[in-house]
Amino acid sequence: MSNAPVDNSRRRFLTIATSVVGGVGAAGAAVPFIASWNPSERAKSAGAPVEVDISKLEPGQLIRVEWRGKPVWVIYRTPKMLEQMKQHEDQLRDPNSDEAQQLESAKNNYRSKREEIFVAVGICTHLGCSPTFMNGGFGEKVEGTADGFFCPCHGSKFDMAGRVFQNVPAPLNLEIPPYTFLDDTTILVGEEQEVA
Amino acid sequence: MTSKYEEQTATGDNTTTKSGGVVSSVVNWIDDRIPMTRVWNMHIAQYPAPKNFNFWYLFGSLAILVLVNQIVTGIWLTMNFVPSAEGAFASVEYIMRDVEYGWLLRYLHSTGASAFFVVVYLHMFRGMIYGSYQKPRELLWLFGMLIFLALMAEAFMGYLLPWGQMSFWGAQVIISLFGAIPVIGEDLTLWIRGDYVISGATLNRFFALHVIALPLVLVILVFLHIVALHEVGSNNPDGIEVKRKKGSVAEEDKPKFKFHEYYTSKKDVVDAIPFHPYYTVKDILGVAGFLILFCWVVFFMPEMNGFFLEAPNFEAANPLKTPEHIFPVWYFTPFYAILRAIPDKLFGVVAMGASIVMLALLPWLDRGKVRSIRYRSVWHKLNIAQFVVTFLILGWAGATPQTVQSTILSQICTVTYFMFFVLLYVYSKNEVTKPLPTRLTK
Repeated sequence: MSNAPVDNSRRRFLTIATSVVGGVGAAGAAVPFIASWNPSERAKSAGAPVEVDISKLEPGQLIRVEWRGKPVWVIYRTPKMLEQMKQHEDQLRDPNSDEAQQLESAKNNYRSKREEIFVAVGICTHLGCSPTFMNGGFGEKVEGTADGFFCPCHGSKFDMAGRVFQNVPAPLNLEIPPYTFLDDTTILVGEEQEVA
Repeated sequence: MTSKYEEQTATGDNTTTKSGGVVSSVVNWIDDRIPMTRVWNMHIAQYPAPKNFNFWYLFGSLAILVLVNQIVTGIWLTMNFVPSAEGAFASVEYIMRDVEYGWLLRYLHSTGASAFFVVVYLHMFRGMIYGSYQKPRELLWLFGMLIFLALMAEAFMGYLLPWGQMSFWGAQVIISLFGAIPVIGEDLTLWIRGDYVISGATLNRFFALHVIALPLVLVILVFLHIVALHEVGSNNPDGIEVKRKKGSVAEEDKPKFKFHEYYTSKKDVVDAIPFHPYYTVKDILGVAGFLILFCWVVFFMPEMNGFFLEAPNFEAANPLKTPEHIFPVWYFTPFYAILRAIPDKLFGVVAMGASIVMLALLPWLDRGKVRSIRYRSVWHKLNIAQFVVTFLILGWAGATPQTVQSTILSQICTVTYFMFFVLLYVYSKNEVTKPLPTRLTK
C-alpha cells in the first residue's frame, strides 16, 4: 500500500466520473428494455383499411366493423334523427366540431360525408369503452333527444353525430375515421381516397 | 469452536434452548456460517412486542398468509394457463373443468385476491385508528403504501389474464387513465398496451409482470416493511412506546422475559412480551378463524354474487362490444367512484390518484402528538367515522350503474373523502386530547 497522502479532489473527480459513465451506461442499457414495449412491426402493419358493404343497412340500424382492432360504427340515420340533432346544439361541448376529431371532409353539422350515413370509431373519448347505441331510449338521458349514445362505463353522452354533451367526463367528440365511398353501397374504412 | 451467540441464547428462558448432541452441533455449525439463531431470536423469539395487541393486530400476519397462498396457487395456475389472446380464455376453462383440482387452485387464487384486499384494508384501518403512521413510523407507513400500490397493480394485471369481457374492458379503462396525462398521454398508453388496442401483446406483458416482476417487488417490499417495523418497534392500541429511555424504568417494572440485546442495550423495555410464543399462538388463532371464513367463500360462494368474479367475465373478450354495465372488482370501486364523480377527464384521474396520495401523506397531515383514537378528541373520532362511511358509500357507488342520484352521492362523498384529510390537518395542530397513561392498559 502506498503512503501517498489522500488527494480528495482527485478522488472526488474519479467518483463523479465513474458515476457519470456508469449512469450513461445504465441509461443506454435501459433503451432496449423500454423500447421493446412499443408496438411490434407486426402490430404496426395490421392496420389495413377494411371494406364495408352497406347495401343491407336498414334505416336506424347500426353495424360494427373492426378496423385496427377498434369497433367502427356505420349507422343509417333516419330523417327524424337528423332533425333532432339541431335542437340540442346548445347542450354540446363542441357542436361545430372545432377539435380535430375528424378530417376536413367530415367537418360539418352531421359529421359525415353523406347526411344519413354516419361512420365513427365507437370508442368513448374518455377512457375507451364502447358506448351503447340507445335507439329511441336516449330520452331518459337527455330530455327531448330520442336517440344517442350512452357510455356504460362513466356515463358520457353523445348525439347521433357523435358529438359529446356537456357535463360528462368525455372531453371530445367521437373520432371519425378516414373513409371513402367506393360506390353507393360500399365504404372503405381507414383510407380517404379520391373517387372519380 | 463454540458459537459466539450460544452464550446469549442458552441463558434465555423463552428462547430456543440447545441440548448437547447432534442437533446442537448442527445448529452451531450453521450459526458459525450464517446468523440463523441470531435472526430467529432478534426477530421472533426475543422480539419485544407490546402486550396489549388486540383483534386489529391479526391482519399483518394474515396478509403474509394470503401472499403465500397467492404465490403457491399462482405458480400452479401458470402450469396450465396459456398467456395468449387465442388461448387464455380457453385455458382458464380447461383449468376449471379438466385439470384435477384446477377449480380449487383457481378459486383459492381468485378468492385470495379479494381476501388480500380485505386484510390489507383492515390492516391500514388499524394503522389509522391507532396512529401507527406517526413519527417514527413514517417510512414503515410509506413501505406499506408502496405495498398497497404494488398490490393494486398486481390485482389489475391478474384480472386481464382470463381474457373475459370484464378483463378486457377493465384494462381498456385503466390503461386509458394514463391517456389523460397532457402531451405524453396517448403515446404512453400505446407504449403500455404495445398495440393500438388491448391485444395479445398486452396480455403477454401483463402475464410477465403479474407472475414475475410484481411478486418480486411485493416480496422485497414486505421484507423492507418488516425490517422497518422491527427497527422502530410495533405501535399498540394505546399508542405509547414500550421502549423507554435507558435507565428510566425501575428493575421491578421490567418484564421478566429475555429480549434481544439489540433492543435492550439502547432502551429499557416495559409492558412487552416476546413475539414467540405469545403472538405466534395468537396469530394461529387468527389464521384458524380466517381460514374458516376463507374456505367458506372458496367452497360455497367463490363468485361472491359477482363481486369477486364478475358475470361478464364468463364471456370471452370482445373488442367490439362493451358490457352493459362495467365496474371494477369491489376493492377498486371506492377509487373508481371518485374517478366517475368528476365530469372532466384529466381532473377525474388526478382526483383518483390524489385519493391514494393523501393516504400516503397521513404521517405529515396528522400534526397531533397523541396517536391512538382512545385518547384523541371527539372530532377525530367523528372524522374517522365519517371517513369509514364515505369509503363504504364510495365502494357501493362505484359498483352500481351510474345514475344522476349516484353521481351526486359520489360527488358528495368525494368531497367528504378529501375533507377527512383537510380537517385532520386543521384540528390536529391544537387538538384537545385525553392524558396518556404512563403504562399500557388492558
